[in-house]
Amino acid sequence: MSDIRYQAAATGGTMSAALPAREFHLAHEPHPENGTALGFWLYLMSDCLIFAALFATYGVLGRSYAAGPTGAQLFDLTLVALNTAFLLMSSITFGFAMLSKQRMKVRATLGWLLVTGLFGLCFLALELYEFAHLIHQGAGPQRSAFLSAFFTLVGTHGLHVTFGLIWLVVLMLQISKHGLIRENKRRLMCLSMFWHFLDVVWIGVFTFVYLMGVLQ
Amino acid sequence: MAHEPILLWTFVAVVLGGIVMVAALTKFRLWGPLWHDWICSIDHKKIGIMYIILGIVMLLRGFSDAIMMRLQQAIAFGDNVGYLPPHHYDQIFTAHGVIMIFFVAMPLVTGFMNYLLPLQIGARDVAFPFLNNFSFWMTTSGAVLVMLSLFLGEFSTSGWLALSNLGTQNPGVGLDYYIWSLQIAGVGTTLSGINLIVTIIKMRAPGMTLMKMPVFTWTALCTNALIVATFPVLTAALALMSLDRYAGTNFFTNDLGGNAMLYVNLIWIWGHPEVYILVLPAFGIFSEVVATFCRKRLFGYTSMVYATVCITILSYLVWLHHFFTMGSGASVNTFFGITTMIISIPTGAKIFNWLFTMYKGRIRFELPMMWTVAFMVTFAIGGMTGVLLAVPPADFVLHNSLFLIAHFHNVIIGGVVFGLFAGINFWYPKAFGYKLDEFWGKCSFWCWLIGFWVAFTPLYILGLMGITRRVSHFEDPSLQIWFVVAAAGAGIVALGIASFLIQIVVSYLRRDQLRDATGDPWDGRTLEWATSSPPPQYNFAFTPVVHEIDAWWDMKKHGYQRPLTGFQPIHMPANTAAGVVISGLSLVLGFALIWHMWPLAAASFAAMILAAIIHTFNYKRDYHIPAVQVTDTENLRTQQLLASHV
Amino acid sequence: MSAQDVHGGAAHGHDDHHHDDGPHSTVSAYIIGFFLSVVLTAIPFWLVMAKVIDDRGTAVLALGSFAVVQILVHMVCFLHMNGKAEGGWTLLSTIFSIVFVAVTIAGTLWVMLHMNTLMMPGHGEHAAAAAERTPAAAETPAARQGYGGAATN
Repeated sequence: MSDIRYQAAATGGTMSAALPAREFHLAHEPHPENGTALGFWLYLMSDCLIFAALFATYGVLGRSYAAGPTGAQLFDLTLVALNTAFLLMSSITFGFAMLSKQRMKVRATLGWLLVTGLFGLCFLALELYEFAHLIHQGAGPQRSAFLSAFFTLVGTHGLHVTFGLIWLVVLMLQISKHGLIRENKRRLMCLSMFWHFLDVVWIGVFTFVYLMGVLQ
Repeated sequence: MAHEPILLWTFVAVVLGGIVMVAALTKFRLWGPLWHDWICSIDHKKIGIMYIILGIVMLLRGFSDAIMMRLQQAIAFGDNVGYLPPHHYDQIFTAHGVIMIFFVAMPLVTGFMNYLLPLQIGARDVAFPFLNNFSFWMTTSGAVLVMLSLFLGEFSTSGWLALSNLGTQNPGVGLDYYIWSLQIAGVGTTLSGINLIVTIIKMRAPGMTLMKMPVFTWTALCTNALIVATFPVLTAALALMSLDRYAGTNFFTNDLGGNAMLYVNLIWIWGHPEVYILVLPAFGIFSEVVATFCRKRLFGYTSMVYATVCITILSYLVWLHHFFTMGSGASVNTFFGITTMIISIPTGAKIFNWLFTMYKGRIRFELPMMWTVAFMVTFAIGGMTGVLLAVPPADFVLHNSLFLIAHFHNVIIGGVVFGLFAGINFWYPKAFGYKLDEFWGKCSFWCWLIGFWVAFTPLYILGLMGITRRVSHFEDPSLQIWFVVAAAGAGIVALGIASFLIQIVVSYLRRDQLRDATGDPWDGRTLEWATSSPPPQYNFAFTPVVHEIDAWWDMKKHGYQRPLTGFQPIHMPANTAAGVVISGLSLVLGFALIWHMWPLAAASFAAMILAAIIHTFNYKRDYHIPAVQVTDTENLRTQQLLASHV
Repeated sequence: MSAQDVHGGAAHGHDDHHHDDGPHSTVSAYIIGFFLSVVLTAIPFWLVMAKVIDDRGTAVLALGSFAVVQILVHMVCFLHMNGKAEGGWTLLSTIFSIVFVAVTIAGTLWVMLHMNTLMMPGHGEHAAAAAERTPAAAETPAARQGYGGAATN
């Protein structure tokens, strides 16, 4: 602290000789911890609540078939199992991408991200096929409250996957352009959290919507 | 619009006012500074001030709606249908509620938190400065959409929460204006919540543990936690309603399995925590004011913190009390009635803490303290009427009556508005370098206090007599006297608002006499008073180290000495236009969706995504303030301080 | 829980904060997590597709439990959830969110199912049973009003 001169108390503070002197300033530039990971986690928690509202809606309206088709009649569990596999695989390949990032291997990271993206694309394609098939059968979101809730809940998850894929492509471009700099590693970490979070939501979806929907 | 003289003349006034403003900005060459120093600013202080300006401007619109309603209800009896046809009246009470909650109270509260938090915790800015700017412009875009509805199309007629006329039953742009302005503003609010939580958690000065934070910071932490936890539910509920309107789904329809009451349930899961989001920061303001103007440490700091956390959690467990009458039955109603009554307990604990702080304190009745005492009386009474409403059988009589209207205005005005005025008078010198004029402040205070009680006591009485809300015409002439008294009260409040505006102008004109040269005009206790008034861009030349609660008071007690030399370059975030651009695009998107302009909607949505992606390619978002500049600023302050002690 | 380190030293680079990169991933965490997830997914699918459990209530409980366990596996193995990350704030905010999610879902179900039973006879099983037991109940104003009556909103 020798390079700092102090001003005698001109601010009217009462000087008490009995109180020990205290250090009231940091001499150097402050370095607060970076808040990106925590901030992004909080955003994911808010996303959890959107899904909670949608799950609650599905819970209330999930049996309102309006004399239309039911889940048991519509859901193809083999297709759902395949989609679940795609998403789970994409989670593990993203994990491998994160391991490569830790070892600062740019090419390996990009490679695993590409595989992740492809699995994600398969997931979306299969889901779009499922939706198209349902609509073709007359079981579109306008048919009943149950179907409105189904399409919205599953569709919102799918929309999140879509945005995740766009983000993935952009981040791959940025990593190939700038390498695994600190900023890009932070973004990868956020995308990783996002991707795994989507898999967590999918567990809820396939359990409460598909599997329980088929139970009679 | 040609058939509606009120709208026509409002339009004329707005256009003329707009021309005057544009002319003034051009004449004084202010466009450049406006863009660079304010619109693109990521400085939390500037953003906080902009939020507060937005709130005050929208207050004028929201209050005009109130005056129009009071006038209509004072004259529309029997053969006299008044001057507002029901369709117009419905838009007015809807706009009044939407504007006051979303575009007055929320921006004012957010503005205070934005301005104060980094200063109170000894930081240079918030955790995510760009996001802060973006949040502000999203809120403003929402406000612009609401204002546009005045001239282009019409506004919703479904009340501030759109509880009736759902989905396909109310086609037309009004409800769509409502939906999209709230969705856009909601994004801004949620992101701001995340931003401020991370700021408080990560950026506190060394030594400032959680239990040494100022109470306002604690209430801000809890408020923002509530924001992040509840605004998503609003987003979901409005999204489901938009799907019903745009995509023909059946969430809230009367047939094909829909359930209109589900919307009511979801929206109130958001709606109740929302009012606590509004009032908790006000409680924080009062805690700071009471401690400062009683020259005593706040009584029961620990219990204050625990009470705040309890309120935060409990506020999530009471929402059904807004629809006891909807028919969930006795067991459900009982549970929520009890939780509603329980939530008054921590609030009561807070009031006792403030009173005990005042006891044997050396109280100075400056304006902030006056507002605080008025709050304690007004809010306590309002809270008591709330506990009355919490009893389901009583609520069956009083639900949606004028008693309810009086209750929530009692707590919102008595709690939130009085708190905001206390805060404005308290922190204005910090933000602008001079105090507010006391005479006009006292005029404003007494007009608000008297006006409020004259306006709303008749409503309590009418409510107990069974009169329902949202009615524009009455048959029973014996009720008229009450409405006339209420209208007189509204007129007195209008004088209060006018006095406040005059106070701002007069204070600016007298600013040299009212100058605050020391940065600490009230002998404050928390760190924001350690800076100059207004604070430099970087807030603190050296980050403070904290040892006790009321850090600045502690510094003064220990003979604090301000460093005069040794200043270093300071790392700061850079201004950016990305926030206003993306928000502007969201405004276009909202407008396009409202008017079913699909190509424009698709294009603006794509443009928003593109603009966001382009922004992420910008890695250079900061710069350093050179040491020379810091030294100059600090030297200026040194001179000011020396001069103030001559 | 102050977040600053107060060590001195002016020559502090901005790049040596290795803890900025987030939690450390390990191969074993991912492999174990993957394997557990596969098992915890396969069993529920098998339970439903092979119609192993007759009673709906038991099936719901079983499926729900598998989902909860698998979510925990994902949280720990893939999201590296622990009490130390970010000074414990990640865990605290997660618990906070779980509570609010539970209240939202359970609260909505409780409120709405009660309401449907009482206000829309025919939609709930109880209403039908109640109407059978007390024919007079079907004549009450509440039953006649259905949706759209004055009791709403």
